[in-house]
Amino acid sequence: MQITINGKPEELQADTIMDVLKHKDIDPHMVAVELNTQIVERDQLDTTNVRDGDKVEFLFYMGGGT
Amino acid sequence: MSFTEEQITRYSRHILLPEVGGKGQKKIAQAKVFVVGAGGLGSPAALYLAAAGIGTIGLIDSDVVDRSNLQRQVLHHTPDVGRSKVQSAKEKIYLLNPDVTVETYEDRFTASNAMDYIAPYDVVIDGVDTFPAKFLINDACYFAEKPLVHGGILRFEGRVFSIVPKQSACYRCIFNHPPPPGLVPSCQEAGIIGVVAGIIGTIQATETLKLILGIGDPLTDRILDFDARKTAFREIKTKRNARCPLCGDHPTITELFEHEQEACQLQTPGALGVS
Repeated sequence: MQITINGKPEELQADTIMDVLKHKDIDPHMVAVELNTQIVERDQLDTTNVRDGDKVEFLFYMGGGT
Repeated sequence: MSFTEEQITRYSRHILLPEVGGKGQKKIAQAKVFVVGAGGLGSPAALYLAAAGIGTIGLIDSDVVDRSNLQRQVLHHTPDVGRSKVQSAKEKIYLLNPDVTVETYEDRFTASNAMDYIAPYDVVIDGVDTFPAKFLINDACYFAEKPLVHGGILRFEGRVFSIVPKQSACYRCIFNHPPPPGLVPSCQEAGIIGVVAGIIGTIQATETLKLILGIGDPLTDRILDFDARKTAFREIKTKRNARCPLCGDHPTITELFEHEQEACQLQTPGALGVS
């Protein structure tokens, strides 16, 4: 199936958001995840399903400022 | 209030803009902006806001200028090494624009003083470099109902978004809580290309002016990420999160507190920054 990850369409097999994170080799503690503009809580990453055409955004923590 | 001839000349390029005009310039002159951190983001933000004629700029920072700051913290010059950042900043702002009142606070921004510090101000700018401080600013602005312009930078990347409490998504709506200690590096640990601080800080100043003037589309419910390597911006639409621990339907955070300071050392420096 095709989902759009950070603005780029990608072909991959995944049932849940956690599968997408694993596919991209991303530690779930390092990102906030949005599915179709809705924030997905960390405790729901492995129970939230992704479907063909979904848009997923990974927002990495960015803590600098000085 | 009315402007002197010198002031009319100084702000003429603003006054020419139909969206600003004399009326908007007066709003700018009456505005009070609080900048937390007189460093990488605070420098360009405060300098441009000073040039724009902001009435009062409050600056809080407990640090002194280090030589390694000079690559990006443009408020501070070589002879300032070792001096208080807020004193150095105040001098530069007065040189640029003596119309501005600069309030300086050589102090740490903490859960016990945050509300008092931000109370007199109209807009708050986040220019701090730790997650506990970023969450504290977010929470304080929520409780005080002050608009906040958030900024973050790391390596070649930066992020900015605005928060109007109780109306738009807050920092906790997105990130909930700080990352586990040691997982995400700071600029001190991972580096920062100096100009990214300038880009993000000047966008923060832009958004602050827009909030004061009430013009354009504020950067609320949108996160703007910048990548200098690609010279590309990415906009991520967002909205308030009903499960936000601060501003959601059933808040669990009901008073200010500080998260534990993250560890200074990275555990896995090789595995970071994937984006």
